[in-house]
Amino acid sequence: MPALEVKNINKSFGNISVLKDISFSMEQGEVISIIGSSGSGKTTLLRCLNFLETPDVGQIFVEDKCIFNSEDKKSLKDSQIRKNRLHFGLVFQSFNLFPQYTAKQNVMLACELLAKERPDYKANKKQILTEIEQNAEELLKRVGLSERMDNYPHQLSGGQQQRVAIARALALKPDILCFDEPTSALDPELTGEVLKVIKSLADEKTTMVIVTHEMDFAKEVSDRVLFMDDGLILEQGTPQEVFENTREERTKQFLKKLTD
Amino acid sequence: MSFISVTQRLFSGFAISFQLFFGTLLLALPLGLLISFGSMSRFKPLRWLVRTFVWIIRGTPLMLQLIIVFYGPGLLFEMTGIGRMQAAYIAFIINYSAYFSEIYRGGIEGIPRGQYEAGQVLGMTRNQIFFKVVLLQVVKRIVPPMSNEIITLVKDTSLARIIAIQEITMVAQNYIADKGIIWPLFYSGAFYLIFCGILTILFHFIEKKLDYFRV
Ligand SMILES: Nc1ncnc2c1ncn2[C@@H]1O[C@H](COP(=O)(O)OP(=O)(O)OP(=O)(O)O)[C@@H](O)[C@H]1O
Ligand SMILES: [Mg+2]
Repeated sequence: MPALEVKNINKSFGNISVLKDISFSMEQGEVISIIGSSGSGKTTLLRCLNFLETPDVGQIFVEDKCIFNSEDKKSLKDSQIRKNRLHFGLVFQSFNLFPQYTAKQNVMLACELLAKERPDYKANKKQILTEIEQNAEELLKRVGLSERMDNYPHQLSGGQQQRVAIARALALKPDILCFDEPTSALDPELTGEVLKVIKSLADEKTTMVIVTHEMDFAKEVSDRVLFMDDGLILEQGTPQEVFENTREERTKQFLKKLTD
Repeated sequence: MSFISVTQRLFSGFAISFQLFFGTLLLALPLGLLISFGSMSRFKPLRWLVRTFVWIIRGTPLMLQLIIVFYGPGLLFEMTGIGRMQAAYIAFIINYSAYFSEIYRGGIEGIPRGQYEAGQVLGMTRNQIFFKVVLLQVVKRIVPPMSNEIITLVKDTSLARIIAIQEITMVAQNYIADKGIIWPLFYSGAFYLIFCGILTILFHFIEKKLDYFRV
């Protein structure tokens, strides 16, 4: 059973067709990297998965359950979209931490709000909140920030902020964790610490979709690489296949430009 | 003219100024928020209407608006004129709501999209995003421009003399005509200075309270 299956996703902004019939599927524990030149639709694809954009056409299945079908998107309720979103986590290029909360509060906030909807919340409030806090502390430890839990975002470096953002996304235990160029906004000397965390998640078999410009990292971490060009998945395969035995001319050009 | 009696008269004038200040603040702060929602509405005609209204109010002198509100109803529609103080309240509240609405709009529109989106992907509702994520950031952003505007309001209350409201500046100025003395006018300045000073300290305190994070 695939963890995620995307079928024939199409998305246009006005007259510009940004995603043209995107289909792929991935297994539990698989790591997919998406590469491709600027404007090829990588971000848009992740945003569709996270319901920040609504595809014009297509279906999305999570563990064989259809969570999006363009046929009946009109009847999709806000509450349903919210629930669907919880299958996914998204780590943004620009971190987007909440500035008025400490690292730990950033990780806890969404869990606390969700816990309030639990029927047993009133009865077990204390215990639930303690669990949430412990979970946040564990996650921050896992991303190497146990010393920084009570710092506010502006007191953290970009790399540290991005690691908090990863912990925050993990806190809701998403089935599939998405990254949109998680290191593009960082100084080169800070990318390593973030990539290391993502690598450790891959080692623990976290299902991930990673949009990245770090080719060496993509090679090292992914089970499969998708090359996107002009809204299409032009080529896909193991890192070996895509990077060493490249089939498509466009992919070759793209990779060559990077190494020049 | 004894210092005591001038002090008493100035205090009664200041009471009027303060009422106008406080009443305006109390109503213009929420009304401004409402107007800012209108000016950001996704419904184009409403947005257009509200922005035009704000443009007119901010583009014409408050003094002119005061005169129109006070004399307008009687002269244009032969209605019985409204009381001076009511007219002052109406003009000030409308005027300051327009200014405040622009401050709110700036504060709200200045919040990066990413803050909303981060909340969305974490499964938060619209309300949760507004109250738990956005609101405090908006407050932090608007405190400095708000404090400027509110301090301007203190001094703007003196414009109400144009429709013969006995606020402190008018009271002080009357001493020139009546008694030929000018020092009460300087004295009235001290009232403004002290009041604005207190407000400055208050706003500084709020800014300090919100200093623990950056937006
Ligand atoms: N909200 C939008 N409205 C209009 N056009 C958009 C919108 N979002 C994206 N686009 C357009 O869609 C195309 C794909 O954008 P997208 O951000 O998905 O590319 P990308 O592959 O992530 O590029 P990059 O590597 O630069 O991040 C671009 O041409 C962009 O201008
Ligand atoms: Mg992008």
